[in-house]
Amino acid sequence: MKSVIFRAVAPFLTSLMVLFSIFVLLRGHNEPGGGFIGGLIAVSALAIYGIACGVEMVRRAIYFHPMAIAGAGLFAATVAGLISIAARVPFMTGLWIYPSVLGLEVPLSTVTLFDCGVYLVVVGAISSIALSLEERGGE
Amino acid sequence: MAATTSPPADLSAALVLEPVASADWLVILPVAWCLAIGALLVMLRRKIDWHPPIAVLGLAGLVVIDILLLRHVLASGPVTMVMGRWLPPFGIAFTVDLTGALFALTASVVALAGGTYSLADINDSGRRYGFYPFLMLLMAGVSGAFLTGDIFNLYVWFEVLLISSFGLIVLGSEREQIDGAVKYGFLNLVATTLFLITTGYLYASFGTLNMADIARKAEGLSGTAPLMTLTALFVLAFGMKAAAFPVNFWLPASYHTPRVVVSALFAGLLTKVGIYALIRVTVMLLPVEREELSFVIALAGALTMLVGVLGALAQSDFRRMLGYLVVSGIGSILAGVAVGGPGGIGGAIFYALHSMLVMTALYLASGVAARLGDSFSLSSLAGLYRRHAGFAALSLMLAFAVSGLPPFSGFWPKVMLVKAALDIGAWWLAAVLLLTGFLTTIVTGRFFLLAYWRDVASGEGGPASATVSVAALLPVAALTVLALAIGLYPEPLLSVVQNAAAGLAEPSAYLNSVFPGGAP
Repeated sequence: MKSVIFRAVAPFLTSLMVLFSIFVLLRGHNEPGGGFIGGLIAVSALAIYGIACGVEMVRRAIYFHPMAIAGAGLFAATVAGLISIAARVPFMTGLWIYPSVLGLEVPLSTVTLFDCGVYLVVVGAISSIALSLEERGGE
Repeated sequence: MAATTSPPADLSAALVLEPVASADWLVILPVAWCLAIGALLVMLRRKIDWHPPIAVLGLAGLVVIDILLLRHVLASGPVTMVMGRWLPPFGIAFTVDLTGALFALTASVVALAGGTYSLADINDSGRRYGFYPFLMLLMAGVSGAFLTGDIFNLYVWFEVLLISSFGLIVLGSEREQIDGAVKYGFLNLVATTLFLITTGYLYASFGTLNMADIARKAEGLSGTAPLMTLTALFVLAFGMKAAAFPVNFWLPASYHTPRVVVSALFAGLLTKVGIYALIRVTVMLLPVEREELSFVIALAGALTMLVGVLGALAQSDFRRMLGYLVVSGIGSILAGVAVGGPGGIGGAIFYALHSMLVMTALYLASGVAARLGDSFSLSSLAGLYRRHAGFAALSLMLAFAVSGLPPFSGFWPKVMLVKAALDIGAWWLAAVLLLTGFLTTIVTGRFFLLAYWRDVASGEGGPASATVSVAALLPVAALTVLALAIGLYPEPLLSVVQNAAAGLAEPSAYLNSVFPGGAP
């Protein structure tokens, strides 16, 4: 897109939206949010960047191929379910640990890992579709 | 956070608290294994040289897991694992009984054969396009459908395998593949939607989606809930999936278009998932209504058999003929479902397992024949016997197996089905079964005569020096040996299948496994 304002603002807007998507992802365990909606926000950010600066820039910025990101997400989600083997509880049971980092208690869980997997699957799959549509838009 | 002093919640009412035995993990492992390997292959999308070995080893691992699962179920009866340790009926249960374990094992064997054949059939562009990830995710869907104990979860696995199969069927992106894919996709989406609507209807009537819970409540609700409507809708939805008459036309229209290995996997796996779901829902969940509908199912089965075999007789393309034979086999299975009882249901399960192995082997054999003779068409295929006598022998054995002739795997289920039909006095159904077997013999005999025994006219039938690789021939040979072994020594499988049928007809062990403490 040719608008100078849009092209100038897009990188900032994109980084803000990606940051917000991660906030929504992490908040999602107990409050509205989560991997799916967070992933959609991140894809919108990438789409804005792609419309403003071109698909090639987005592909370079995310480094990995979108489908590889989706694969990593699916893998993470599966692993999150399989961790419960070690604890002798059924598949996909939520397990928590509370390590303290710099005096701050950080709750980590397999549920979070699963949600991150969902986030990556959504980011990978939808951005793969969005980027190829944008590429073939014809300019 | 006002109520900090509330008494501790009684977790035992909602959660599974006792530790899970390691062996019980076998219930979920086939699905998790396939998903993990599929995801790994998607991540390694650039390293296409790694895809075939990882996928074939993964499928071999799946066979091992399914063998262990079957052994576990044989030793200790149906096994349940609930996701996230929420107690059923709220937690989603994976419950494996003998039927599910048998189908899952056969599916993994078929997939391993297909995976091995694909080494010779799928080129670099197919690999880059993602054949192997799709294959692994397809197997995740198929395994999930066979192992789940929740009817909505069954729908989800149907979707998983459907989406993977869309990816597989358009592999190559040729014009007629897109044509086949559209017919296949449209009909399957209609069937899946019908399945989903019926599931919603079922939930409205029962208030539960857990299969064991439904089976338990079905008797009490028979006066008030519209169970006949539900059963009829389920039969239609799964019949469409399984390509039963009169909704069978999508299968011959699409199965000859994709790569040979994809056709082989579809013929072995997808229609059988529909049949499995039909058996599970009508025999175990709604048995009284199945009895009421049995004449309709029998009629559909008989017509499916005849339409299939007559269609096969009219074909001159190897793969189109096989598509019609798949349909005809579905008819035999439906006949068993209609007859019911240990003989009928056992025969139906046995026939389905036999059909998975033999139809896959036949499709793979059609691929080998096309490599040797450079065509799928009867008018130009000729002289295969002279080219490769060993392969011709394998094909002849498979032709015997699919026609239900001894000493191959098709014989015993056919005996069971005919006997069960005669036992309840459905002589016409038995006659159709026998007639179909006879006509199938003519179909395969005609093919063998023309494609294998006919001498090559000069300048016809492709290059005389065509060879086939071991990777293409080995799965055909292995599946044929399996069919022969089952035919020669059927006792173990017969007894397991009869136990499986008994477990479906009288699911108290299944219910106990889901609700160990009796009714909640």
